[in-house]
Amino acid sequence: MTIQQAKADALAARLGAGAEGQGGSTQQSWLGAAQAAALARVQGMGLPGKRDEYWRYTDPSTLNVPKALSAALFDNRGEPRPFSAVDRLKLVFVDGVFDPAQSDSLALEGIEIERLSQAAANPSHWAAGLYGTLEARGQTPVERPFAALNTAQADEGVLIRVTGKPSRPVSLIYLRKSVDCDAILHHLIKVESGAELTLLENGPAAARLSKVMEVEVADKGRFHHVRTQGRDHDRRAISHIFARIGAGALFKSFTLTANGRLTRTEAFIELLGADSVAHIAGASVGDGDFHHDDTVFVTHAAERCESRQVYKKVLKNGAVGVFQGKILVKQGAQKTDGYQISQSLLLDDDSQFLAKPELEIYADDVKCSHGSTSGAIDDTALYYLRSRGVPLKQAQSLLVLAFLAEAIAEIDDEAIAEDIRGRLEAWLHRHEHAGNGQ
Amino acid sequence: MLEIKNLHVKLADEDKVILRGLDLSIGAGEVHAIMGPNGSGKSTLSYVLSGREGYEVTDGSAKLLGEELLEMEPEARAAAGLFLAFQYPVEIPGVGNMTFLRTALNAQRKARGEEEVSAGDFLKLVREKAKTLKIDAEMLKRPVNVGFSGGEKKRNEILQMAMLEPKMCILDETDSGLDVDAMKLVSDGVNALRDAGRSFLVITHYQRLLDHIKPDVVHIMAAGRIVKTGGPELALEVENNGYADLLAEVQA
Ligand SMILES: Nc1ncnc2c1ncn2[C@@H]1O[C@H](COP(=O)(O)OP(=O)(O)OP(=O)(O)O)[C@@H](O)[C@H]1O
Ligand SMILES: [Mg+2]
Repeated sequence: MTIQQAKADALAARLGAGAEGQGGSTQQSWLGAAQAAALARVQGMGLPGKRDEYWRYTDPSTLNVPKALSAALFDNRGEPRPFSAVDRLKLVFVDGVFDPAQSDSLALEGIEIERLSQAAANPSHWAAGLYGTLEARGQTPVERPFAALNTAQADEGVLIRVTGKPSRPVSLIYLRKSVDCDAILHHLIKVESGAELTLLENGPAAARLSKVMEVEVADKGRFHHVRTQGRDHDRRAISHIFARIGAGALFKSFTLTANGRLTRTEAFIELLGADSVAHIAGASVGDGDFHHDDTVFVTHAAERCESRQVYKKVLKNGAVGVFQGKILVKQGAQKTDGYQISQSLLLDDDSQFLAKPELEIYADDVKCSHGSTSGAIDDTALYYLRSRGVPLKQAQSLLVLAFLAEAIAEIDDEAIAEDIRGRLEAWLHRHEHAGNGQ
Repeated sequence: MLEIKNLHVKLADEDKVILRGLDLSIGAGEVHAIMGPNGSGKSTLSYVLSGREGYEVTDGSAKLLGEELLEMEPEARAAAGLFLAFQYPVEIPGVGNMTFLRTALNAQRKARGEEEVSAGDFLKLVREKAKTLKIDAEMLKRPVNVGFSGGEKKRNEILQMAMLEPKMCILDETDSGLDVDAMKLVSDGVNALRDAGRSFLVITHYQRLLDHIKPDVVHIMAAGRIVKTGGPELALEVENNGYADLLAEVQA
């Protein structure tokens, strides 16, 4: 059996599970047309196998299987949910379905929010012609079949068009009740010229989540994104961000990943206008049989743009961290400033970090650097802290947080950054480390 | 205050013996100096007292105010009142100097059953102490010792000492790397802390520091032991003649 045949078979098995391959909309609507095109795209690719170069470090088989494997619900022991203290517009999804009863009113000055399913009925909707477009662009040079499958199948998600500077962040909250359901969410965000949005996301969403977020940031637009992926031990998630960034615009995204049997988080970011900035960062913590994969691709296609990829992973008890990151500098993208760092802190000998940093540069006047390291807690620093009276556990937590600091520093809003720090402290408290001392 | 008896120390994973029956007794309110050739074991003594890993105590004891130090965790020794100003202060990227100071202060207070210092009081205190050591606000905000010059690191050690108000202060070559003005600043900082209930052990190679911080007792250390003890004149003798004569005299 050829590899291509195996991939096609995997897709057929997956599609066979849902009655039809395509989301709920009729072929006649713009959404239906976009979904039919996406279905054709994924049919041309099939689903990935372990022998795919892009899936060398992460086994896609539990993402391929027709139905989600069950995942026990997480007991958060009454801890406050992320961003609780932030004044925000809340949109709540339960098992991947929007729940108007738990959500705030969608009305907010400077912004239009609609559900995907409702927008489909409007033939002249702004999302027509955009939905699926950024995902399709992201299929080269590397195929991302789960993203195309998501585009084809999604019938839930929000469409957000930002025309001004809304007074509050928009917060997408993904609750789950079912132990074994799939959720497919597809969001589309358009930040118009000069507009600004902060988007928050939190929660596990489902036993298995497939999420695509397409983000278009027009010239001088600003987009801030902070998310935390739920702590449920057995959950699985594959999510993609596809971003297209205009001149003088700003895109910043931070992701906190804790626990989770399998988390693959992909980002495909294109800097298409001059003088734009894209920062993407992640902090992840895993204690046990958890697998966190961050796969990032940043393309510089215009002059004087700046990009940063900052990924930090804390791993113990067999947790595996993966980072595949690339900076592609196209011809003519002079004065590019590209930076990429991926680091892991291994709290014991059982854990593993696999990194594949890449640079591909076709312009001659650029500044690009990348680095990747793996190491343990610094014993000398630990001793120094203890010699000043800081107890062992507290000293370890302080050093772990210090290790993560460069990633957290990518969050501009100090209150939100503090919230993330607090969550990490709580996680560290729950998982008092082994390895050093006791 | 500090009572060290017959201390023998070797490296934990090598056969190398470093301290060979060291005795030292420091009374409350006293300032002692230790001088001695490179490699004689001065820093090792300070590390063993503060609880650094990698050393094995094969014999002897070290008591702080009657309590055996060698059985305590490093943090418990600090809470009991021991402080070591490091010969090579450690850089901790990602941990702000202020956070570090406040965490340490409150951890010690908590261990002693005292109330934590409020954010406001702490800020006032640290600003005042930093000012006398000419440590500016920007340095306080930076990560611990990261990018500090050699002299700045040493001043930062003294700031920590001033904030933590320990009972037994060990200064390991705090004068190395200091310019003349900084030496004066640091000495003034130390002298300001001199008190009937606080003792100092000053490790140094140079008489100069001892001009500023006048010791009550001077010890000469060689090959892991205190080989000679005397008054401040002993330091002058080292300054003028080196160790050769002194050591020959001891061996004779
Ligand atoms: N961790 C270690 N590993 C190997 N050797 C060590 C270690 N610690 C100390 N030593 C050795 O023990 C001896 C004493 O070292 P120590 O640093 O205590 O000397 P010192 O008196 O402080 O010297 P200096 O005046 O140069 O600071 C030296 O020979 C040193 O190389
Ligand atoms: Mg020394």
